[in-house]
Amino acid sequence: MSTLVYEKPESLYDRKTHYCPGCGHGVAHRLIAETIDELDIRHKTIGIAPVGCSVLAYNYLNIDMVEVAHGRAPAVATGMKRVKPDHIIFAYQGDGDLASIGCAEIMHAAHRGEDITVIFVNNAIYGMTGGQMAPTTMVGQIASTCPNGRDPLKEGYPMQMAEILSIMPGATYIERCAITDPANIRKTKKAIKHAFQRQLDGENGFNMVEILSPCPTYWRMSPVDAKKHITEQMTKTFPLGKLKG
Amino acid sequence: MTNSFQEKITIAGFGGQGIMLLGKLLAQTAMKNNLNVTYMPAYGAEVRGGTANCMVCLGTDPIANPMVINPDTLIVLNKASFSKFLPKLKSGGKIIVNTSKIDNAIDRDDIEVIAAPIDDIAIALDSPKSANMVALGIFLQSHSFLSPQMACDCLCDVLAKRYHSMLQVNADAILKGAQSIQ
Amino acid sequence: MSEKVLMCGNEAVAEAAIQAGLDAFFGYPITPQNEIPEYMSRRMPEEGRVFVQSESEIAAINMVYGAAATGARAMTSSSSPGISLKQEGISYLAGSQLPAVIVNMMRGGPGLGNIEPSQSDYFQATRGGGHGDYYHIALAGNSVQEMADLMYDAFDLADKYRGPVMVIGDGILAQMIEPVDVFAKKRPPIQTDKSWALGNLKDRSPNIVNSLFLGDNVLENHNLRLQAKYQIIRDTEVRFEATDTEDADLIVVAYGIASRIASSAIRKARKKGLKVGLFRPITLWPFPAKPIAALAGQGRKFLAVELSYGQMVEDVRLAVNGASPVDFYGRAGGSVPTVEAVLEKIEENLK
Ligand SMILES: Cc1ncc(C[n+]2csc(CCOP(=O)(O)OP(=O)(O)O)c2C)c(N)n1
Repeated sequence: MSTLVYEKPESLYDRKTHYCPGCGHGVAHRLIAETIDELDIRHKTIGIAPVGCSVLAYNYLNIDMVEVAHGRAPAVATGMKRVKPDHIIFAYQGDGDLASIGCAEIMHAAHRGEDITVIFVNNAIYGMTGGQMAPTTMVGQIASTCPNGRDPLKEGYPMQMAEILSIMPGATYIERCAITDPANIRKTKKAIKHAFQRQLDGENGFNMVEILSPCPTYWRMSPVDAKKHITEQMTKTFPLGKLKG
Repeated sequence: MTNSFQEKITIAGFGGQGIMLLGKLLAQTAMKNNLNVTYMPAYGAEVRGGTANCMVCLGTDPIANPMVINPDTLIVLNKASFSKFLPKLKSGGKIIVNTSKIDNAIDRDDIEVIAAPIDDIAIALDSPKSANMVALGIFLQSHSFLSPQMACDCLCDVLAKRYHSMLQVNADAILKGAQSIQ
Repeated sequence: MSEKVLMCGNEAVAEAAIQAGLDAFFGYPITPQNEIPEYMSRRMPEEGRVFVQSESEIAAINMVYGAAATGARAMTSSSSPGISLKQEGISYLAGSQLPAVIVNMMRGGPGLGNIEPSQSDYFQATRGGGHGDYYHIALAGNSVQEMADLMYDAFDLADKYRGPVMVIGDGILAQMIEPVDVFAKKRPPIQTDKSWALGNLKDRSPNIVNSLFLGDNVLENHNLRLQAKYQIIRDTEVRFEATDTEDADLIVVAYGIASRIASSAIRKARKKGLKVGLFRPITLWPFPAKPIAALAGQGRKFLAVELSYGQMVEDVRLAVNGASPVDFYGRAGGSVPTVEAVLEKIEENLK
């Protein structure tokens, strides 16, 4: 008797990624790929890669993909979904991409209730450019542009995008998950699947899965500590669970 | 039309006097009767603050420049536009003045003045809003290239469907305007 | 050919785009082009096609990017300040080689400027406008009819060369109403290979639409391919109209609305016995440099007339390359040159 422990999803290339050890992006990619395979929607899914560490997501996801300008993924997704309403369109975005430079685009895609899915990978930092402060950076968290830790009086409090977006009537499903341990990873996958399923079923509305994701490199932590940091610290500011739908 | 000609017209008044409709109907009449025409409504900031004006060029040859700076004919329906545009009227040009609203003296003797109580004529027709059409009738009567009846025939092309009950009143106003200077 | 009707430039451009097979329009309000999105909001749903009023010009151009990436015919329109915001997206369209049409009804600048007609975005329209080494075709009509006609060309050229194409007018051409037959140039869209488009992934490896190229020389090679394409466009797509240039002692070079003002002045000059011709670029990029060079020399003079403080004149000087004197006359900031002033400048040059 043989047990199949691991099978590579068709929608994921068998490649080594460029992500740092302990980074959450790779896990998030895998969950998306598995979902696409399980729902059998590879032929009608288009992914949007952001500007950020996951800019090369199209090198890992074995599906049709477009790379877009920093923060504009929800607008690009809008253009796509409107002309391809039978396709599953998802935008993959980091927190700088979504909550800072792309704040207008995400707000208005949700506001219009675009039938798209946003996978929002929140690592509370600008990874790609070298660890600068993001809108989601935690109070007191050190980043290269807030060397003394984020001071809310000067730099504001972490922006809770899932909460903000969930008050909009156009947003119909919003859930916050974390890639920390197997149970939470399973929950994350379930959320992604639910979001895609809604598009597949033609349910109206914008949906978003926020994923709290470790960045050991710019948090200056070991991968294990980074996960612990999410569970013990980040979830206080960014509580897990379904916010809408 | 055998003789070649070109006529540049500025039409001005305040918002609500139907300046744009006047211009559009003139342009439509010209087009329907095989003249070349351009019609340039003033837009944006210029239309705010209550004034409205437009420029119409028509003639036998293609219109090169649609801008009207020194018109051959000036149609003015209110005081403000009278003062603004009178100095720009070409020497030898015509001015159609709405004496119901404008009692200013005209300090130029190089132009032809066609004065008519345009608002009063419209009021007498029980249709004060048709003053623009009265003005068009006067304009067409004072020039020979298009007849007032031609404009009446084009009314249904430029009036929105929901105003089609007003076709007759407007046609009457055009013809009344024309008669008023016969 | 169907009957002519009165339409303003904005509406004629919009209807022609629909007739040219536009699948999706995305736009944001700005004077003097508002009649385009307004018209589209009414007509596109009637045709079962897409209209979205975006939250900004940046979003609009990125919606165009998304729709174009799936192979749809997509378009946006704006006026100067909005076109500045679209430059990011236009650069991405050029880099990713996506066909799209952008209409710019130019207004006075810089900054918020005003809403009056202007031709002050010439540099931006002919030098790529955004970041990176790219060009896009820029088509400029001078009548409502030609603006409509150019829409058919714009979509075909965008498809043919896989890149953004800009159609350029100004506040006058946008707002002016003239008799027009928007169907005059109607034809089926050119058929091009769109196997690069995203969606319907079957029996092929995934398509990637992308402007990011990492690795040694990868981006350089991509740029060289783009440059080769631009050279083909320069060699084959130049368009202009030359009137009475053969015997001319002075050639006025003007495009768009300026060419109509210039032609009035030229007619008057001819009546006075002055030998003046008009050279009107229709493609601002590629600029008709060779035809102008061929007219240069022979004791001829040139005069560029623009609604700017001298932008296209630089291309005229480059084309003439010292063989003839090149003078300039222009007004901007929303002011429009008068026929009389242009005539005076013509006479001054021929004294
Ligand atoms: C217009 C523009 N501004 C800035 C950048 C530089 N830049 C690249 S990635 C990035 C931050 C991305 O951070 P985030 O979205 O949090 O994603 P992460 O890298 O952390 O996954 C920035 C500022 C850019 N590419 N484009």
